[in-house]
Amino acid sequence: MRVALFVTCVTDTLYPGTGRATVDLLERLGVAVDFPLAQSCCGQPQFNTGYRRETEPLVRRHVEAFRDYDHVVTPSGSCAAMVRENHPRVAARGGDAALERVATEVASRTYELSEFLVDVLGVTDVGAYYPHTVTYHPTCHGMRTLGLGDRPRRLLENVRGLELVELPAADQCCGFGGTFAVKNAAVSAAMGADKARNIENTGAEAVCAVDNSCLMHIGGTLSRRGSTVRAVHLAEILAATEDGTERAAEDGTRRSTR
Amino acid sequence: MSGRVHLGMPAFPEAAASATRNARLRGNLSHATGTIRAKRAQAVAELSDWDALRAAGAAVKDRTLRHLDHYLERLEEAVTAAGGTVHWAADAAEANRIVTDLVRATGETEVVKVKSMATQEIDLNAALERAGIRAYETDLAELIVQLGDDLPSHILVPAIHRNRGEIRDIFREEMGRWGRPAPKGLTDDPAELAEAARLHLREKFLRAKVGVSGANFMVAETGTLVVVESEGNGRMCLTLPETLISVVGIEKVVPTWQDLEIFLQLLPRSSTAERMNPYTSMWTGTTDSETADGPRVFHLVLLDNGRTDALADTVGRQALRCIRCSACLNVCPVYERAGGHAYGSAYPGPIGAILTPQLRGTASELDASLPYASSLCGACYEVCPVAIDIPQVLVHLRERVVEGGEVTVRGQRTTIRPARGHAAERAAMRAARWAFDHPRALLAGQRLASRTRRLHPRRLPGPGRAWTATRDLPTVPAESFRDWWRRTRNVRGEARGEGGGR
Repeated sequence: MRVALFVTCVTDTLYPGTGRATVDLLERLGVAVDFPLAQSCCGQPQFNTGYRRETEPLVRRHVEAFRDYDHVVTPSGSCAAMVRENHPRVAARGGDAALERVATEVASRTYELSEFLVDVLGVTDVGAYYPHTVTYHPTCHGMRTLGLGDRPRRLLENVRGLELVELPAADQCCGFGGTFAVKNAAVSAAMGADKARNIENTGAEAVCAVDNSCLMHIGGTLSRRGSTVRAVHLAEILAATEDGTERAAEDGTRRSTR
Repeated sequence: MSGRVHLGMPAFPEAAASATRNARLRGNLSHATGTIRAKRAQAVAELSDWDALRAAGAAVKDRTLRHLDHYLERLEEAVTAAGGTVHWAADAAEANRIVTDLVRATGETEVVKVKSMATQEIDLNAALERAGIRAYETDLAELIVQLGDDLPSHILVPAIHRNRGEIRDIFREEMGRWGRPAPKGLTDDPAELAEAARLHLREKFLRAKVGVSGANFMVAETGTLVVVESEGNGRMCLTLPETLISVVGIEKVVPTWQDLEIFLQLLPRSSTAERMNPYTSMWTGTTDSETADGPRVFHLVLLDNGRTDALADTVGRQALRCIRCSACLNVCPVYERAGGHAYGSAYPGPIGAILTPQLRGTASELDASLPYASSLCGACYEVCPVAIDIPQVLVHLRERVVEGGEVTVRGQRTTIRPARGHAAERAAMRAARWAFDHPRALLAGQRLASRTRRLHPRRLPGPGRAWTATRDLPTVPAESFRDWWRRTRNVRGEARGEGGGR
């Protein structure tokens, strides 16, 4: 089984701890992971802002980088959704039938991390240890486009030491939305503030999600409010073990470190 | 009277930003949408075959739209055979002219109106006013909007932005200028407010000789029009006046009564969270009996106003499936915070964000900003009873805004230029694409950012300020994932495909 990690540009550049955690976790579960260096960005920022023509070369690059693998795993709900739902559309709209065919193939073998764990590896207990109170925010693309359902929650429920607390209005968008966050900053901030308030009211120490771009917005909002709640990617919780390989901390990117 | 218009409104982000600062508006909206949201979910969950109904609704609409010319002609034949007269209006001006002339021909100077989105879209009331004809809105919420010299902010609940206290004040101050004044000592008790409206409207119903309506559906096989409503005001307007003029968008036609059955299940549960709405009025042509209910003269004005142009767009045309239930507004987190007025159109919310730029084009700053009035969270698509993939159409229209391209305008294929004001963004997107297509360059950039990480400002200037005004920036890590992988897995030199280009 040839498994490739599609780490995503946001995680690569800003949250490498999530990428390392994903590698640790998969290797611990006996999966040999490869990281094709030709990968970069799935083109979601360009595509979602309307720049379809700028997206096409990135689709081409993505399918070239990943076409030879049996499975592609990514720690991002929205990037998985971009690959699965929109890569074939971009190729089709560009009139490239060959690209559309390969993009559709790669899309069918692309999994968000919790899907890969639960559906392909068939595990819900990954042997993790995370002695904290955690609330879970289901991201929009993970919940609605991919239909992740209770997969992330089942994985979290099996983490030793972890106490999972309900997030009120969990299905409400956090307000990130890519360029929406700056194009409609006031509405985005209002949505973020409501999400942050709901998170704070749970009393959890950490908020967990399957997407670092949403977590960048949620964590940045929490931190600006002076909140002590940390934003943590699911992979980092699942990679943590009793002998202390909790890795998120060293990035410091989502704590109020300054 | 209806002195307010949508013309000259600011682009969505500015209007929405000012709405987010209005605490009362946000309170009114989040309370109202939160309540209806939960009720809708419950009403839909009762039906085990909802998904099949939804798929059937979408399929019937798609098939009808593919053969729209055929069904419209069948409808025209059937309406004519039943004693009605059919008029075709290419745009708002033509529709307004037709209706005005028809009212004038009756010699009347006032009409009673059933709540109708099509007549909001064409701003019929203002056109009638210019011709010296008073149009009285009889739906409770439309009445509140009209008395308050306001604009509707919701498809189903046009006064959703008002609370009880505000409505009481409007009734007290304005009802007397329009007819029967509000009862003395009126409070904000909902039953008292409803009674005040009932008394005020009753004299209008009994006096009116001309009614104006829209329709939720038109059944082609029999020429029957259908209005679903909750208050009974529609039933009054459709049965009492001698002359009835209905202005209906051409996409409202369904082929048969069997098709109608699907929509009469989908619509009430999606809009008011009811199993069945209280009043469903159906009429076929005219009645010639003195004692029968219903109009003796019936005119149907079929409105295009950009619909066939939207139909020519293979992605955007799904917006024409819309049955105006407003479920997408009620679940939309952006609508909930921005309010309906920020959309600058009779059609607010997610459906408005894809319908308005198709009906009006994307030339104005406001219309070009509408496709961006969404975080693409997908809640609208999830609840849409006719499965309109609103996020897909939003992105499609964003492409039209920033890249231009082929569109249909009044039946003519036209190439439009990209909208103004996107040059900096386009350059940034292009630069990002180049970097992402050259991973070695991306790596070099990541390394530079890492080396200078202690120097990065906490607040950004220029467009970046929109982020840092309310959110901290992530700190750049000492080492990117890519670099960590190269270091720990002993990758040396340039790997395949890393350099860029192919």
